[in-house]
Amino acid sequence: MIRFLLNKLALLVPTFLGVTIAAFAFIRLLPGDPILLLAGERDVTPERRVMLEAQFGYDKPLWQQYARFLGDLTQGDLGVSVVTKTPILQEFLDRFPATVELSFCAMIFAVMLGLPAGVIAAVRRGSVFDHTVMGVSLAGYSMPIFWWGLILIILFSGILGWTPVSGRISLMYFFDEGTGFMLIDSLKSGQSGAFRSALSHLVLPSIVLGTIPLAVIARQTRSSMLEVLGEDYVRTARAKGLSPFRVVAVHALRNALITVITVIGLQIGVLLAGAILTETIFAWPGVGKWMIDSIFRRDYPAVQGGLLLIAAIVMIVNLIVDLLYGLVNPRIRHD
Amino acid sequence: MTDHADAGPAPGTVAHDLRVFWAYFSENRGAVTGLLFVALVVFLAIAANLVAPVDPAIQDRNAFLTPPLWQEGGRWPYILGTDAVGRDVLSRIIHGARYSMFIGTIVVTLSMLAGIALGLVAGYFRGWIETAIMRLMDVILAFPSLLLALGLVAILGPALINAMIAIAVVYLPHFVRLARASVLAEKDKEYVIASRLAGAGHVRLMFNAILPNCMAPLIVQATLSFSSAILDAAALGFLGMGAQPPTPEWGAMLAEAREFILRAWWVVTFPGLAILLTVLAINLMGDGLRDTLDPKLKRS
Repeated sequence: MIRFLLNKLALLVPTFLGVTIAAFAFIRLLPGDPILLLAGERDVTPERRVMLEAQFGYDKPLWQQYARFLGDLTQGDLGVSVVTKTPILQEFLDRFPATVELSFCAMIFAVMLGLPAGVIAAVRRGSVFDHTVMGVSLAGYSMPIFWWGLILIILFSGILGWTPVSGRISLMYFFDEGTGFMLIDSLKSGQSGAFRSALSHLVLPSIVLGTIPLAVIARQTRSSMLEVLGEDYVRTARAKGLSPFRVVAVHALRNALITVITVIGLQIGVLLAGAILTETIFAWPGVGKWMIDSIFRRDYPAVQGGLLLIAAIVMIVNLIVDLLYGLVNPRIRHD
Repeated sequence: MTDHADAGPAPGTVAHDLRVFWAYFSENRGAVTGLLFVALVVFLAIAANLVAPVDPAIQDRNAFLTPPLWQEGGRWPYILGTDAVGRDVLSRIIHGARYSMFIGTIVVTLSMLAGIALGLVAGYFRGWIETAIMRLMDVILAFPSLLLALGLVAILGPALINAMIAIAVVYLPHFVRLARASVLAEKDKEYVIASRLAGAGHVRLMFNAILPNCMAPLIVQATLSFSSAILDAAALGFLGMGAQPPTPEWGAMLAEAREFILRAWWVVTFPGLAILLTVLAINLMGDGLRDTLDPKLKRS
């Protein structure tokens, strides 16, 4: 297992270096003067320009600039936002809990619906239920989620008036943001109705963000279950006289879950990409909306930092998924 | 797959292969439905000028946000209503089909050609060049696709053509990986060795001998990328980083319509429905293609 871990890590290092090179190149490839982009200034005097060049290290050769960039990175220094002048890592970390909270709820929604739907579809293969699940999941997979969000707003906020349109909590509640997770903070605040308000703000964005993972999970669960249900040990379990529920829930599902868990892990990247659209539609103050806002404000150091951090998160999550997969499926380790 | 009782074209000919292909493909009702719908969208895209009831750019000052025909206040010829500046929604959707088909075609062509070339080279020559290409692909895959596309569009500038280039780059790794894997599987088979012994050069071996036998998974991937390209381009258009207004691209139409969602449901509903149905139809077709062309990948 240790060797497996080291192998995976060794593969990750060049990729991560590649990601840093991409982020490093990003600022330099943008149209316009990179110095002015970094400083967020326009029309500077030649003296000021020389000063800025020295400040950002642009008077050095390219490889030294890159070395400095990497050096700063190891100390968690991703530069400073040109708009707010706060460190980019700080800006990112301030918003990250909102995205995590939303992604977590989206994933719960996707798993709670997708897993049972996939299992039942597999057990009742060829039934109306099976066809419906497959049809709906293909539609979910084809869904333009930015439009889906708007439609849900029309329906649930506009016509029915059940859910709020945007934000994380009603403006009438004020409390300390201790953890950054609105559900936890609102509970801790003890204000009546605060938790309910936070929850109602989460419902639509979670459904929107969870739609594509839901479709993928339902399809994957169904096909893994079908594979497993055909195995000899499942037939043995049936022959022993175990109840159909026990055969499906205990014997088959446990093995089918191996691939499903991998697929769930790989959806993290999808969630982070989807968060850009979902957060934009629902004015959800997470990293996705922050990235879009930064692009429009031409806050390119923030975009650079965001690209790097998000790629790093996706890589780490994928690594964890790989390791978990190796843990539950020993055959992979010895490849 | 070779013995067909009915008298058709001789086995081994293209006509025969197509016949066999169709026999399997047409068994899948979803796939045929998808194909028919895609054919309809292609027809609308080509004949948009003839089919669209109104010029999509014309603004009717007397018909701002007119509801669809069947609702109170709806009027001819605005079957699906008009948008905030009095343009016909249906005509804009029909013209939007052009953009979507164009986007899908360009993105898939760019991505597939470059991906096949890189994948063939990586799998055929191996060594450092393979390492370099595959590590580069890993870097591209490390970014969530939409995010990378956004970053590239920031560099290239917000425009439809740049969005298409960005999306093509994002999809590149899938084609490279598939092409390389297929080459690795085919490379040492007898027919390749035979043609090498017969004196075929590298280029001939790669493109004439190996490539035709790797096409099935690439065609399936191309279909699936086509639908994703439409979705991603629409997402970029929606975020203001793709096609720019007043282009009747479906994503850009949604971006323009956003502020009216609670007042005029039709300006939001129909362009999105067009995206959903088109993407769904292509995916249905892609599933059918996969089952027919690539029995190994067949869903159980």
